[in-house]
Amino acid sequence: MLVIKDLRVSIEGEEILKGINLEVNAGEVHAIMGPNGSGKSTLAAILAGRDIYEINSGTVLYKGEDLLDKSPEERAKDGLFLGFQYPIEIPGVSMVNFMKTAINEMRKHRGEEPLSASEFLKKMREKKDLVEISSSLTNRSVNEGFSGGEKKKNEIFQMAMLEPQLAILDETDSGLDIDALRIVARGVNNLKSPHNATIVITHYQRLLEYIVPDFVHVLFNGRIVKSGGKELALLLEEKGYEWVRSEEVNL
Amino acid sequence: MSTITENISLKEQFLDLYRSSSKEIAVNSAPLMNTHRDKAIIKLEKLGFPSRGGEEYRYADIESVFKQDMEKSFGNQKININIREIFHCDVPDIDTNLFLLVNGMFYNNGQMLKELPGGIIAGSLSQAAKDYPGLVEKHYDRYAGSSKDGLVALNTAFAQDGIFIYAPRGVKMEKPVQIVNIMISEAGLMAQHRNLFVAEEDAELNIVVCDHSLSAHRFLTNSVNEVFAGERAQINLTRIQNEHNGSSQITHSFNHQETGSNLATNIISLHGGFIRNNVYVKLNGEHAENHSMGLYLSDKGQYIDNFVFIDHASPNCFSNQLYKGVMDDYASGAFTGRILVRRDAQKTNAYQSNNNILLTDDARMHSRPQLEIYADDVKCSHGSTMGQIDENALFYLRSRGIDHREARLLLMFAYTHEVIQNIKVKALRERIDDLVNKRLRGELSRCNNCAMQCG
Repeated sequence: MLVIKDLRVSIEGEEILKGINLEVNAGEVHAIMGPNGSGKSTLAAILAGRDIYEINSGTVLYKGEDLLDKSPEERAKDGLFLGFQYPIEIPGVSMVNFMKTAINEMRKHRGEEPLSASEFLKKMREKKDLVEISSSLTNRSVNEGFSGGEKKKNEIFQMAMLEPQLAILDETDSGLDIDALRIVARGVNNLKSPHNATIVITHYQRLLEYIVPDFVHVLFNGRIVKSGGKELALLLEEKGYEWVRSEEVNL
Repeated sequence: MSTITENISLKEQFLDLYRSSSKEIAVNSAPLMNTHRDKAIIKLEKLGFPSRGGEEYRYADIESVFKQDMEKSFGNQKININIREIFHCDVPDIDTNLFLLVNGMFYNNGQMLKELPGGIIAGSLSQAAKDYPGLVEKHYDRYAGSSKDGLVALNTAFAQDGIFIYAPRGVKMEKPVQIVNIMISEAGLMAQHRNLFVAEEDAELNIVVCDHSLSAHRFLTNSVNEVFAGERAQINLTRIQNEHNGSSQITHSFNHQETGSNLATNIISLHGGFIRNNVYVKLNGEHAENHSMGLYLSDKGQYIDNFVFIDHASPNCFSNQLYKGVMDDYASGAFTGRILVRRDAQKTNAYQSNNNILLTDDARMHSRPQLEIYADDVKCSHGSTMGQIDENALFYLRSRGIDHREARLLLMFAYTHEVIQNIKVKALRERIDDLVNKRLRGELSRCNNCAMQCG
């Protein structure tokens, strides 16, 4: 589904990603872990189409097509979703209007009719229940005045509404209490199918107790320095990133 | 002819015009209005036309607006077309009492004045000055008369008609009054109308004014509104400016508020080549509340200039100014917000905010907050921003599959909605939302049914 080869990216002349290689197949859950500043969020933003970076070399194929050539909206329409680490507040744009516009743009892309008002509301209700987000939030402007936890739940709500094939969740767990974490995890697990894949970017192992990854990668200093099964996350938790740092020296 | 006019000053031209037309002006107006003219012309002679050297019109080139070749007509014009037939209003479907002004004169369809439910009187100002001289005299030129602006004196000297709306004590208007102000002629034309809106104690008025041009000629309007809100009266006044870009419009509104009154004005400027709106508010009694708001969407060579002056003349009053705009292409403009808190106006709350989005490097906006505070126990704030579309918000929307153009429109619409949401009449608010949405999408016609896509 996603094949990243030797991806090198810099911002304002400073290289952040120094040759990333990663392959994600349908049905898989990948966790990318790493200390602050290792390039995790840059990788997520690059995949979603943020254009403030310079891509120096490498290729990214998504469903067999060159991803880097496409606009953010084309990527989203092709089923790619980014859960933001810091969701943006947009005063004046209602959640309902936002989601209706997004869903209908995607339906148009697939050659489908727009959802009727009642179909849309039904879908809203279903997904709202799934992530236990209250109507008082979905009736407001996008993320406006939401708490940190509510914003993260709102990301998962949007993911549930848009039903992506590849979801990239950028530190969705940061700042969440244990109840919110469970709800977020349930949203992700509910969406899991043999046809789609998830990349969970996280600093801590905690989230991975609820979302069990098939693969764990350690991103360090712009490179994936270790890959393994879910047990790698436990090892990291136990030994800390210092352990990777010393391994890095030995590489 | 044109060489001669260039050699004498604008002021001289209009003084001459007054001398040669004062009889015709008077015949087609009302005695009460006529008694103010000579005094006004002396004032104009003293004040002259505003120049860019002065503080108040620093960015507005009034002289070149008045120097355009335009007819001034004071007779009873015959309009040979059925205006109701050719005019398709962009604010349809809302249930209003409709009144038309054509080239500054009340458009007579048999009835000059109407009595609305509750004893509200609405219709031609000159007719009202004849039928209800006491009522009109009590307010006419009482609030505009002390103005130091030569253009206001110009209007008082020349204005022959306009709209009069009067709500007696305790009467609340059921349906809003809609005033459609139309410019239409076969050559360039200047018009100056005068409106007077009065709400007595505990009365309520809801008024919407729509400015339109129906032929592709150069128009200039220099209009004055006087608005009186009696004790605890409520007035909601919305103006939608949608003339073509070959037209110039100068509006002066003098809003006088007594104790406990609440007055809200919203000026929505969609199209028009040169627009200058002066809003003067006098808070003359305690606990009066004023909201002066404006929204402007300007592109191409449009010039938009809003000037607001809030006079806190009494203690315990509240005022809030909110002006927002989107400037595209090489449009330019200015905002000046003046707040005067007099020495005795303790416990004043006065707020002001002017936000601008500049979409191109060539768009220009000047924003000037001016606070003069002589009382010591007041709360005042002002803020002014110039910015672009928020790139982070744009990316967020696009990352959900919303196209760049649509995402931009959503953000601009959200930005403008902050002003629109203050319009109290719900049906009107929804219509204006719709109009602004169309304007942002470039789907709003400048001139209704006009084949000339001028501007």
